[in-house]
Amino acid sequence: MESGRYKIFLGMAAGVGKTYRMLQEGHAEAGAGRDVAIGYLEPHKRAETSAQARGLEMVGRRRVAIREVEVEEMDLPGLIRRNPELALIDELAHTNPPGLEHEKRYEDIADVLAAGIDVFSTVNVQHLESLNDQIAELTGVRVRETVPDSVLGSADEVVLIDLTPEALIERLRAGKIYPGENIQAALDNFFKIENLAALREVSLRQVAEDVESKRLVYSEVEQVGTRREEDKVAADAPKAVGERLLALVRPQPSSQRLVRRAWRSAQRLGTGLDLLWVKPPGQPIEGELERQVTALRRLASVLGATFLIEEHDDLVAGTARVVRERGSTYLMVGESNPPKGFARLREPLPQRLMRATPPGVDVRIVAHRGLKEEGR
Amino acid sequence: MIEHFLVGLALLLGVGLGFLLARRRRGSGETEVVHQILLPFTGSEISRRAIDAALRLARAEGATLIPAYLAQVPKSLPLDCAVPKEADRAMAMLEAIEQRASSQGVPVDARIERGRSYRHALARLLEHENFDRVVVSATATGTAGFSGDDLVWLLEKAPAEVLILRPGPADHRVLSVNGKGPAVLEL
Repeated sequence: MESGRYKIFLGMAAGVGKTYRMLQEGHAEAGAGRDVAIGYLEPHKRAETSAQARGLEMVGRRRVAIREVEVEEMDLPGLIRRNPELALIDELAHTNPPGLEHEKRYEDIADVLAAGIDVFSTVNVQHLESLNDQIAELTGVRVRETVPDSVLGSADEVVLIDLTPEALIERLRAGKIYPGENIQAALDNFFKIENLAALREVSLRQVAEDVESKRLVYSEVEQVGTRREEDKVAADAPKAVGERLLALVRPQPSSQRLVRRAWRSAQRLGTGLDLLWVKPPGQPIEGELERQVTALRRLASVLGATFLIEEHDDLVAGTARVVRERGSTYLMVGESNPPKGFARLREPLPQRLMRATPPGVDVRIVAHRGLKEEGR
Repeated sequence: MIEHFLVGLALLLGVGLGFLLARRRRGSGETEVVHQILLPFTGSEISRRAIDAALRLARAEGATLIPAYLAQVPKSLPLDCAVPKEADRAMAMLEAIEQRASSQGVPVDARIERGRSYRHALARLLEHENFDRVVVSATATGTAGFSGDDLVWLLEKAPAEVLILRPGPADHRVLSVNGKGPAVLEL
């Protein structure tokens, strides 16, 4: 069965009109003769949103008990049984209560798409995993419900619902986003012009990167043609464009210099930084190793970098896989110790990495201070 | 014949037992005691005397120096958020300390720790890791740093030997960061 098409309405903050626009487009599709149903809608008591939902069929919700409280959740099996051509599912970053099919709604959506149903959904930019820390620092507010960036990357279409910060605040003051008693608190906290301006910039950049990423994938697809090859090329192509730096680390103190260099470079390039440790399969993380892994993880958190552990028995193959997955454009490695014995006959690591990674990925070697000093 | 067999068996048992004992000892960490000297610092400068004292100790004891930059996270932000501005400052300082340690052959394993205050950051660091000694300078170097109360708290609470350096005539010699780039030694 062919998977459904996935369209995401992305916004910089609550109240920009993502759900409203999703419903509008749902009406347009229904008007064109398609079978459209609302899988889940969160109108947040907004009159305009509720009015826009009128006329569209809503699949019943199911009641789920959390401790002694009952909440209403999307009825995933019910929606798949109903089998509309297009399902509108609000708030893809939502966390489901325990006991349902999946922990997160975006995982429910994957099931709906797999059933061949097209999906329209909504999300705010601060829910994207890679931007969570950056936005927390910009706005002082951290969103706990995050979704992997790959969710956005997997969408066939991403529509940015853009609004100027001034217009959004105007909507807030007019009571179109929150009820009267919450407006002042919102204005005092999250809904500040500077916060919204920063979020808007992040959203615009995110969508620009997404568009560029899809353009790259598409141009490759055009050359190849068939659907099967299309999938293969899409999987091989970088998921994101713009620079992205990957530093190959080991959980040992000497990696810190490499991390510092990599972070400085990432700062200069204005790009994200991933730290990767390719761990031999089955190696237990305990004792001193555990301490070093924890230290690296904490350092990554301080820097806003992502620490990845890839279990693989081949350093080069493991690294190449992550480079492809993360869309890395720079790879930074530490200087190796001089090879001994038969290892001298082996091709040096940077060359092997260059061959294994996609064309265009630069490999940079960071000198090890100890080695330099020994060599003097 | 049986004697040869018994001797062989005894040898095998002896070798096996010796191997197991050696493994057990390694596992218990008896032979892998890592001495760690913590050198916490704040702000954009650190007394050179404190670095030198910590390096002397580390070299004498074959210990690893753990320079730790303590970063303050405002209450408006989550404690575990990224702090790139603080990290930028910390990186330059840590790079300079590592250079100095490297020239003296002392291994370094740096840290950046976050807290609501310097004391809170230090408490978190002491909670997460074990250190044999903590070296802090009582000198008033610049505006940032540990207060007298912080030092008293450290003496009372730190599960390690604490070395507080008295103010000295060389305290104007600091490692400091002026904007971007590596830290410099100011004389």
